[in-house]
Formats: sequence, C-alpha cells, structure tokens
Amino acid sequence: MASTDAPSDVTALGRPELPAPPEVMPDAVAASLTALAAPTAPGAPVAALGTKPPNLLRRLPTSPIAMVGLALIGTWVVLAVLAPVLPLDDPNRQDFLSLGNPVPSAKHWLGVDIKGRDILSRLIHGARTVLTVAPFAAICAYLVGMPLGLLAGYYGGKVDLVVSRLSDIILAFPIIILYVILISQIGPSFWNIVLAVILTAGPGIGRIVRGLTLEQRHLDYVAAAQLRKESDLYVMAVELLPNCRGPLITDFCLRVGYTIITIGILGFLGLGLPPPDPDWGTMVKEGTTLISVHPHMSLFPAIAIVSLVLGFNLVADGVRELSLTD
Amino acid sequence: MTAPLIRVENLKVEYRSSSGSVTAIPDLSFEVAPGESLGIVGESGCGKSTLLMAIMGHLGPSGAATGRVLFDGKDIAKASPAELRAVRSGGIAMVYQDPNAALNPTLKIGRQLVEVPMLRPGVPLADAKRLAEGMLANVHLPDAASVMERFPHQLSGGQKQRVVIAMALLANPRLLLLDEPTTGLDVTVEAAVLDLVDELRQTYGTSLIYITHNVGVVAQVCDRVGVMYLGDLVEEAPVEALFAQPRHPYTRRLMACVPRLDGDKHTTSFMPIPGQPSSLRDRPPGCPFSPRCVGFTPGLCNHTVPVEDIGPNHRVRCFRHRESPLFEPAAQEIVAPAEPSAELVLEAKGLSKIYRLGGSFFGAQRRAELSANEDLNFAAKKSEIVAIVGESGSGKSTFARILAGLQDATSGKLVVLGSDLANTTASERTSEQLSAVQMVFQNPDATLNPSHSAGFPIARALKKFKVTRGGKETQSRVAELFEMVRLAPSLMRVRPARLSGGQKQRVAIARAFAAAPDILVADEPVSALDVSVQAAIVNLLLQIQKTKGTTIVFISHDLALVRHLADQVIVMYLGKVMESGPVSSLFAPPFHPYTEALLSAVPVPDPTAEQRHVRLSGETPSPINVPKGCRFASRCPRKVGTICDEVPPPERKGEAGHMILCHIPLDELAAIAPILQHKPSERAPA
Repeated sequence: MASTDAPSDVTALGRPELPAPPEVMPDAVAASLTALAAPTAPGAPVAALGTKPPNLLRRLPTSPIAMVGLALIGTWVVLAVLAPVLPLDDPNRQDFLSLGNPVPSAKHWLGVDIKGRDILSRLIHGARTVLTVAPFAAICAYLVGMPLGLLAGYYGGKVDLVVSRLSDIILAFPIIILYVILISQIGPSFWNIVLAVILTAGPGIGRIVRGLTLEQRHLDYVAAAQLRKESDLYVMAVELLPNCRGPLITDFCLRVGYTIITIGILGFLGLGLPPPDPDWGTMVKEGTTLISVHPHMSLFPAIAIVSLVLGFNLVADGVRELSLTD
Repeated sequence: MTAPLIRVENLKVEYRSSSGSVTAIPDLSFEVAPGESLGIVGESGCGKSTLLMAIMGHLGPSGAATGRVLFDGKDIAKASPAELRAVRSGGIAMVYQDPNAALNPTLKIGRQLVEVPMLRPGVPLADAKRLAEGMLANVHLPDAASVMERFPHQLSGGQKQRVVIAMALLANPRLLLLDEPTTGLDVTVEAAVLDLVDELRQTYGTSLIYITHNVGVVAQVCDRVGVMYLGDLVEEAPVEALFAQPRHPYTRRLMACVPRLDGDKHTTSFMPIPGQPSSLRDRPPGCPFSPRCVGFTPGLCNHTVPVEDIGPNHRVRCFRHRESPLFEPAAQEIVAPAEPSAELVLEAKGLSKIYRLGGSFFGAQRRAELSANEDLNFAAKKSEIVAIVGESGSGKSTFARILAGLQDATSGKLVVLGSDLANTTASERTSEQLSAVQMVFQNPDATLNPSHSAGFPIARALKKFKVTRGGKETQSRVAELFEMVRLAPSLMRVRPARLSGGQKQRVAIARAFAAAPDILVADEPVSALDVSVQAAIVNLLLQIQKTKGTTIVFISHDLALVRHLADQVIVMYLGKVMESGPVSSLFAPPFHPYTEALLSAVPVPDPTAEQRHVRLSGETPSPINVPKGCRFASRCPRKVGTICDEVPPPERKGEAGHMILCHIPLDELAAIAPILQHKPSERAPA
C-alpha cells in the first residue's frame, strides 16, 4: 500500500511523444522496485518526471502548414521593419518620367502607380501600417469581446440575455453599411479603424468565449474554486480564461487576417487611413481606374493583401491541427 | 471436445506511428468452443479492446496484426474485405461499450435494425421488419412496434443497449463479442442486461467473448475466464477454478481489490495493486507484471515465462505461482478503520430541494416540480462514514452539492457544527464554515484545471484559508499533502494531463484536506476508476480518516463498496430516503424492497454464491411530479396494492436506528430470505 503510485511515475515518463532519456528509466524502475520490496517505505517518492510536454507554440515547427504561413508573415514583417534602411524610393515621391510607361522595370521593380509613385516601396511601407493596425485592432477587439463573453457565459441568465442580444443586433447589421455609417460620421482615422474592428469582431469573439465558458463553468474544478471562496473575477480570469486559449489562439490568427481584409475594404471604400500614407486597400482602389490598361497597379497590392491574410490563415490552420493532435 | 469455433494462434498486434511502433499484444493464443462463454478481465490499458478489434479486423490504418485467427477453420486474419464482410454479417457480431455511439442518432431504430437482415440476399423489407420486431421482443423491450419508430435519443441507456444487442443478434452470429456492454449503466439495469445475455446464450447457443473490468460480472456470465495483462493472458481457467484457486499474483491481487457483499472494513482490507500497468512502450522484459509484483525475483521473472498447465483447462504464466499465496498480505496493508465518536457534527432535518421547472412565459401552463431531495433526515457523528446509495437520478449528488454549499436547499435545516447552512451557499459561508466541509468530485478528468499544475489549487486553498503564509511554507505544506496521499511531491509541478485517473483523484483528496475539513463530501470519487485503483483510493481515505478524524459523506451507487467502508447507510430513490441504518442492518433482512433489488443486482465475484434474482421492471420514473404514494410503487416487486400508490408509506423503525419506509410491516420484511447464499456442496473461496 505504501508505495501504491510509485511506478506510475515510470509510466508518466514514457508518454508516446517523449523519447524517454535512457539513463533515467532503469533508475526509476529500480527505485519503484525497491519501494515495492519494502512496503513500509512511506510515500516512496520517485522523482523521475522527464521534461515538460512541449507546448503548442514550441511544437509549431512540426506543422508544415504553419511554417509556410509563418514564412509569409515573417517576410512581410522583416520587410516592414527594414523599410527605412532598404534602398527604396520615398513612397510618396512622384516619378513623372516613369508615368509614361508605368510597368515594372529595372528602376521600379513593380512599376509605378497612377501618380508615378514606386509600388514596391509603397507596398513595403504599407506593410508597416497593416502590421501594426491589424494586430492592434484585433487585440482591442479581444479586450472588449473576451470580458463580455466571460460575463455572459459565467453568469448566464439576464446578463447573458443582454450581452447576447446586443451582439446579435450588431452581428445582424450588414458590415459594409456599418463601416460606412461609422466612418462617414467621424471621418477616416487610425482610431476609427480600430473602433470599426472592435464593433464587428468583438461580438464574434464574445460568442466564442461565451460558448467555451458555458462548457466549463459546471466542471468540478470551478466548483472546487468556489469551495475555497475565490471571487467570481478570479474564477473567470484564472480558472476559465486559460482553458479557452486553444480555440482563441486559432481565432486570433484568423481574426488578424480578417482585420487586414477589413482595412483593405475600408481603404478601397475610401475610408482607410488618411492619405498620403500608403495603404494597400487604397492602392487597389486607385489602380482600378487604369485596370484595363495597367492591371499591375491593383494586382500587386491585391497580391500583398492575399499573401499576408493567407499567412495568418495557414498559421491558424496549423495551430488548430496541432491542438487536435494534442 | 468438439472443434473450437474460434481459435487464435500467436496473434501479435502492433500499432505504428511516426515515433516508432508499440506492441499491444505480443503473442496470444486461445480458443472458444461452440456455445462457450469466455470472459476476459483486466485493468484498462491491458489490450482487451485491441484483441476484439483484431478479431473483427477493425484495427485501423495504424494497427497491424500477424498470426492466425481461425474462425470455423478459416483464417480471417488474412481475409479480404469482402470475406470479412461475410464473416461479420453471419459469423461474428459485436456489442460495443457505448450504446450512444453505436446507434445513429438521425435514423429511427427500425431503419437501423432492418439493415442487418437485408444484407443477406433475397430478404424483402417486410420480412426484415418482422425479424427486427421479433428480436426487439426477444431482448424484452416492451412494445417492440413502437420502439421501431423511435429515435435513439427517445430511449434510455439500458434500452439502447438492448437495441444494440438485438442488432448484433439479427446477424445470427455464432460468436458474439461484447466489449464492456454494461459499463455506465445503473446496477439494476446492468443486472437485467446480464440476465438477457445469459438467456440469449441459452436460447441461441451463441458463443461469447465477454470483455470487462468487473470480476463480478465474469463470475455471472462466463464459463471460462482469461486474465489479461499488457496483452498477455497471464491466467486462463474455468470460472469456478479461477475463483476458488487463483494462481497468478495479478489475478489474486485483482480479486482482492473487489469489494464484496460479505465483508466490511473491520474484517477485510483491500489489497490494491501498486502502480498501474506499464505503458506499452516500456514493456518490461519477461513477465509483464513484474514491476508491480510483490514476488518479483530478479534473474528469474525477467525471462520469458512459459505457459504452464496446472489443472483441467487451467493455465498460468508465472514462475512462482506455487508460492503466490505467500506473497500477501503484508501486515502494513491492513487498514485499521476509525471508530465514530459520540459527537454530532452534521444533522439534516427535513431537508428538501425542489426545482421549479419551466412554466410557460405567460404563466398559463401548470408549473412542473422536480423534487430532487425530499424530507431528508439523518445525523452523522465525528469520524463516521455515512454512505448515500441510489441509482442515477436518486438525488444523492444534489444533497452532496447542498452540503458543500454549491446549491441551496428549498426548505429544512442542515446543521453543520452547530450552524444551519441549508440556505448558505459557498459564497455566503465564512471561511471557517467553508473549510469545515470540503468535497471530492466524481470525474477525475474534470476535477483539476488542465491549465494549472497539480499543486496549484492546493497552494491556493492553503492561501485562501490562511493555513500558511505563502512562499516556502506553502510549498512545503503542499509537498506534505502530496505525501499524505502518497504522491511524489515532484508531481506538484506537473499538469493534470500527465497524471493518471487515480493520481488525479489523489490530488483532489489532497486539495480537499488542505482546508483541514471536519466533513468530507465524496461524490462517487472512485466510480470512474479501475477496481485496483479504487481499492487504493478507498484505503487511502480510510487511513486519512483514521488520523484526522474526518466525517465522510460517501456518495456511491456501488452497494458492495458501501458495505466495505460505511458505518451508516442511506438508500435513496427519487429524492427520498427508502431505508437507512447502520451498515450491518442494511445487508440482511429486513430490508426495503428497493434495497433488496439493489442487492440482488450487485454482480457477486463468486461463482459458487447463490444470488436470489429480484429484477425491477422498467426504468426509474421521471422525478417530475412524483406520485403521492410510495415513490417506488411503480417498480416494486412486493407492491401490496393500491395503498402503495395512494398513501405515503410510514417510517418503520427497527433496531439501532434502522428505518424502512414501506407499507409492509417489519416482521414481514424480516421473513424474506437473504439475497446471498452459498451453494451447500461447495466450499467458500479463501
């Protein structure tokens, strides 16, 4: 009896994905056997734990899909970071000489746009905007959506009713119209884009968190926390929220991708960042006037948007796959 | 002896994955004669289900079987998919563990059943329907025609399992494989399903391979038993011989873990098997059981163990089986139980919990009432173990939650250490009141937060209850608690996903004891665990109780286990106490007809015992708007007459606080024969 669970540590060592360090194994077996031979040995602690199971992010390199996604995102991040030191044109400098023949050339690798500005330079400088605005807006949406979802899921009843119906109303609104109303009322600016993203993504995030919270709030570990007088805030933030992380990491990656699209749409509608900052959506829109003659003016920024969104989607897929095989 | 129906020769099963292959079954041979019933027992993770899957050819892309599986002389291990299909549709059928997963939720029962006979050429739909309906009647489903028209969710768990058995039998199998078909069913339903399996075997002469972890079930339905450990049959014997003279140390320990109706904590102690089965990857050389065997001899047991014939049809794989009775019991393993003192710590007076359900939006509809607990009265003394028994839906968990403060009561009093806590939930209780009552939950997989280390909730409880001041002091106290539940303190930094079910329950017990409770509410703490682990946890609870003097309210559906550990027992049915009293008074007449039925449904791990069969008809009725008379009247085999339906039964008081809620007078109930009797000619097992 005294050594009841001693050899179980041995088994814990041999988890399938862990190559058990060979020099530890025999010791553990020997230790548990000694413990068995002497049933009086109290506890018989066998300190053979092996390494911690690698967490999701550390296992990410095992997923080829995620790695392709990370490569796409990484390329843009590196370009955006290095933009000031790269031998690029000023993104707002107009090269009137190239306007006659704006197609890609040795001087302008991706050609120039309708105003004679270097497209490559504008794309890379535009990446700086996209890569800051999109994750920032998504994080803001999470900061609003997660607490609402937790409250609705944990308390249920009237709180849930109010939160859920409000988010239903917002979700039921056609998104484009919402953007137009919003931004035409207060004008295009960085904070308006963030506000637009919070309004459109927040309810969706809230729903996911609410669903995950509902699943968990009747589990025994929540009851156990209540039995030691933990506050509701503590239960929500420390007990429930960490267990939502799997789906939320996936959702965050997708959400950043959607936000990039949203920013693109806003730019295309003329509601993006105020000019003359390079903005991919605005670039697509400006190119449309000459799309039949010089499609590259819209095509390259469109490809830029697609590649970055695809990158985030692929990472999301990879994370989801990994979390399923966990 | 006639030619065997199925003969497995040198079967080897491997699972391959990207990180190498593991051997689930190294080298297995056995046979089953026509009409014979072979039981295979073992803990979870011993390759029992893998064996069935290998026979059925269901191993999947990662599994690979070599060796021969001769069914009726034909080797089906190498059969083509078409040949396998023929075997499955007329030779071998299987009943899976979870009836919910075995039935398609979107199709009517009838539709799913007629598919089976229609697989044979030339069977028209009308005939198939007739066959299906007939088979539903054969598995004792009332009103077969209406069952055909229902969807699976409209049937109860027991009814679904009957449908699955009917479906398997429609294929006219000569061999029926059953994979834990009664796990997860209530004990009375389990007994009825076992009766059915036995009856069908007599009627159709089908051979069975019955897989279970429950030694009692094997004693009831099998002719021959194979004990499986890590993919090896370590012992194989006719059922009587195995129970009379188990030889392999694993068999002996497995049987010593099973709670019995004829022993309690004062007379016997469980002898849990240390540890758990090795993982397939770390398969020990030689005898697979050697790392857990008290008789392990280096230099002997790590060589390959030959099969030895030791009696008629009795084979064992152990070098030291002749000495195996000498390995046990070590004196240290006897658990001395605590004695209850006179001090009253817990008293329930007329405690009721009523849920008011639905009611339409405008109040037009009559409100339904679900009475989960009604008029509960009992008292518990310090260091006493009070067991609450009943089937699912009897309201025992509701009471546990009220006691712990996770719910409030509708009316009545619940006096804990002098203060009434019936309407004080956890958030309103003071720290002292909270720490006085702590709880251990049922599901080991939900009891710990997967995001936190095992030691985290314990450290947190110590901090919240101001037991320690944090830092090093807390850490060392957590380590002490881990040692108290016999876990290596290093495990406190491990996430729950890396712990086994038994280890998780130990952490849960340590967490409950962090608050130094006077009362521990244990809500089915062992029902999800293997018997060997269950025995270890029960021993642990008894030991901790002995040192701490804790009162334990033990919720369980397992009467044999309750018999083992309780001082006082309360039998509940549909929220009401049917019988209560000291443990000794409950297991002998007079007993309540419901207790009688529960007792006769317990699978007794003793083939020589004569167990009187009392079977309840139907399922537990809904607890909504219960009848005004006796709640058990609708299923009672001893129903007196209309008085049972109309008039609430009186409390009949027996000796030593024994109470029975029944219209039948005590002396009449006392005249009922006991449930268990040993067959006169045979000796009781050691």
